[in-house]
Amino acid sequence: MEAFTTHTGRAVPLRRSNVDTDQIIPAHWLKKVTRDGFEDGLFEAWRKDSEFVLNKPERKGATVLVAGPDFGTGSSREHAVWALQNYGFKTVISSRFADIFRGNSLKNGLLTVVLDQKVVDALWELTERDPNAEITVDLQDRQVRAEGVTADFELDENARWRLLNGLDDISITLQNEPDIASYEARRPAFKPSTIQA
Amino acid sequence: MGRTLAEKVWDDHVVRRAEGEPDLLFIDLHLLHEVTSPQAFDGLRKNGRQVRRLDLTIATEDHNTPTIDIDKPIADPVSRVQLETLRKNCAEFGVRLHPLGDVEQGVVHVVGPQLGLTQPGTTVVCGDSHTSTHGAFGALAFGIGTSQVEHVLATQTLPLAPFKTMAITVEGELPDGVTAKDLILAIIARIGTGGGQGYVLEYRGSAIEKLSMEARMTICNMSIEAGARAGMIAPDKTTFDYLEGRVHAPQGEDWDAAVEYWKTLKTDEDAVFDAEVVIKADELSPFVTWGTNPGQGAPLSANVPDPASYEDASERLAAEKALEYMGLTAGQPLRDINVDTVFVGSCTNGRIEDLRNAAAVIEGRKVADGVRMLVVPGSVRVALQAMDEGLDKVFTAAGAEWRHAGCSMCLGMNPDQLAPGERSASTSNRNFEGRQGKGGRTHLVSPQVAAATAVLGHLASPADLSDVRTPVEA
Repeated sequence: MEAFTTHTGRAVPLRRSNVDTDQIIPAHWLKKVTRDGFEDGLFEAWRKDSEFVLNKPERKGATVLVAGPDFGTGSSREHAVWALQNYGFKTVISSRFADIFRGNSLKNGLLTVVLDQKVVDALWELTERDPNAEITVDLQDRQVRAEGVTADFELDENARWRLLNGLDDISITLQNEPDIASYEARRPAFKPSTIQA
Repeated sequence: MGRTLAEKVWDDHVVRRAEGEPDLLFIDLHLLHEVTSPQAFDGLRKNGRQVRRLDLTIATEDHNTPTIDIDKPIADPVSRVQLETLRKNCAEFGVRLHPLGDVEQGVVHVVGPQLGLTQPGTTVVCGDSHTSTHGAFGALAFGIGTSQVEHVLATQTLPLAPFKTMAITVEGELPDGVTAKDLILAIIARIGTGGGQGYVLEYRGSAIEKLSMEARMTICNMSIEAGARAGMIAPDKTTFDYLEGRVHAPQGEDWDAAVEYWKTLKTDEDAVFDAEVVIKADELSPFVTWGTNPGQGAPLSANVPDPASYEDASERLAAEKALEYMGLTAGQPLRDINVDTVFVGSCTNGRIEDLRNAAAVIEGRKVADGVRMLVVPGSVRVALQAMDEGLDKVFTAAGAEWRHAGCSMCLGMNPDQLAPGERSASTSNRNFEGRQGKGGRTHLVSPQVAAATAVLGHLASPADLSDVRTPVEA
């Protein structure tokens, strides 16, 4: 996983709530068997509209997505995270994320930042007024900074440590192999097995 | 202090608990399908890792599979590659697979329970958000992303953040014609698509206890639509009766030991939930969605809401955008909405009872002119059972199409899709923009409402139908 420490970039204000993962990346893109090449599928339906915020020339190269509440609801498709990253986003800010999407994002080094809707409103106003306004997301200090905005955010220490160091979850877990083996040894016999009789 | 059902199952699966770390949980059953697994197998290969527990892993093909001409090569080359990739990966790593054409093939969440693999007190995961379905058995079951799929393949465990618990207590009795689907749609409309966020929901109360296993699966299936981590129902005699004798259910002494354990899997009287919602079953009626998220629903007897009536600005904006996308006007009676397509199927409502319920409504009646009705069984086993009962004939006599098992039009990854602007009444789980095909418009409904809607051509319940039925010609 790519490490995340601090990122500063221009933003895309996305004034929509309940942006589900079908909107982030439609199902027909899910047929791909790789983790890359999803950038053209990102918000595919909305991007057909030239007025859609992502299509505005001044948003080109923006790396911070400021979204409405309940971002990433619906399907568990990790492709939604890959699409955002393939497109160039490094971080997404919202007042509320769907659980699975959040988990997926943090496993891929896409930092999802939860801030009060009031702060999100302020970031929307700032970046709509000035497309060149930059937002800094500082994981070291757990703080978001922009002109007129300084807001602390929470992220549990373990997730933060893994992101700051770009650590691979599987390697960490495998360090606890004896714990897994000992659990396996004491599982009851009646537990299901997929082996065909 | 007592513990809730979810806490008991969680505690029984902790492999490692350490200060400052998420609990490491053991996974009893890992279900795979073709869409969310290829990149996970790639990861294993890249790191020289094996599947740790082949005996706790099983795969099926469902999302991309066609529902007609299944003996012919799959027309879409990209879908074909994805299915072939799953077959290659399962062969290389030794994973049990039920491919298209196999008698155990079907939607992953229909296959697990019908094989008896989904059992009370187990942890079940799958790279699919509707894994919550399996919670109907008192399992802790949740959807995961592809990185986690790889993690489970390699370690049979997952590090998981703690959860909160919410009781959804449904007291009383569902009125005639009101189903589990209506109930869960009403629950989601009440708590919202983010209302369950961070919570494991436990559905309980007298109305839940009376439900069949299949109805319980419909409810737990859509827990994710309320944003919940998982949904659960305490196992009881209904659960044990459903499981007894299934291929992978415990046998003999194991069965007795299992049942003894399963009986302990209920929330203690003195346990405290972090939140509770109480629903009166008797007050419910058939429920449908009008918008583009599953929380935007209302009783069928209601009108399309006026966005201006929402106090919350973001809800108001969402309602405005939804009406625009759906091509609806505020104040329009929901019953006046005409549909082009009716879809009966999916992991929400593609089991045998669902097909029986839809068939009972449509038997002796005809699908309205200009309406296309697709009936897609959730699995090959469900299809065979339905054919054994003659349900396929009931549907085809009415003018519906009887299809092969798979996810089908629930998400349109196969050719079963809505055309732009087309409108469906669908027994599936998501009414998102474009979910059933680009520009398609979806109304989520129960199997009974789907069947009545097919007959009348507009959103309707069986109560709206006259008693006149045309005898089926032999």
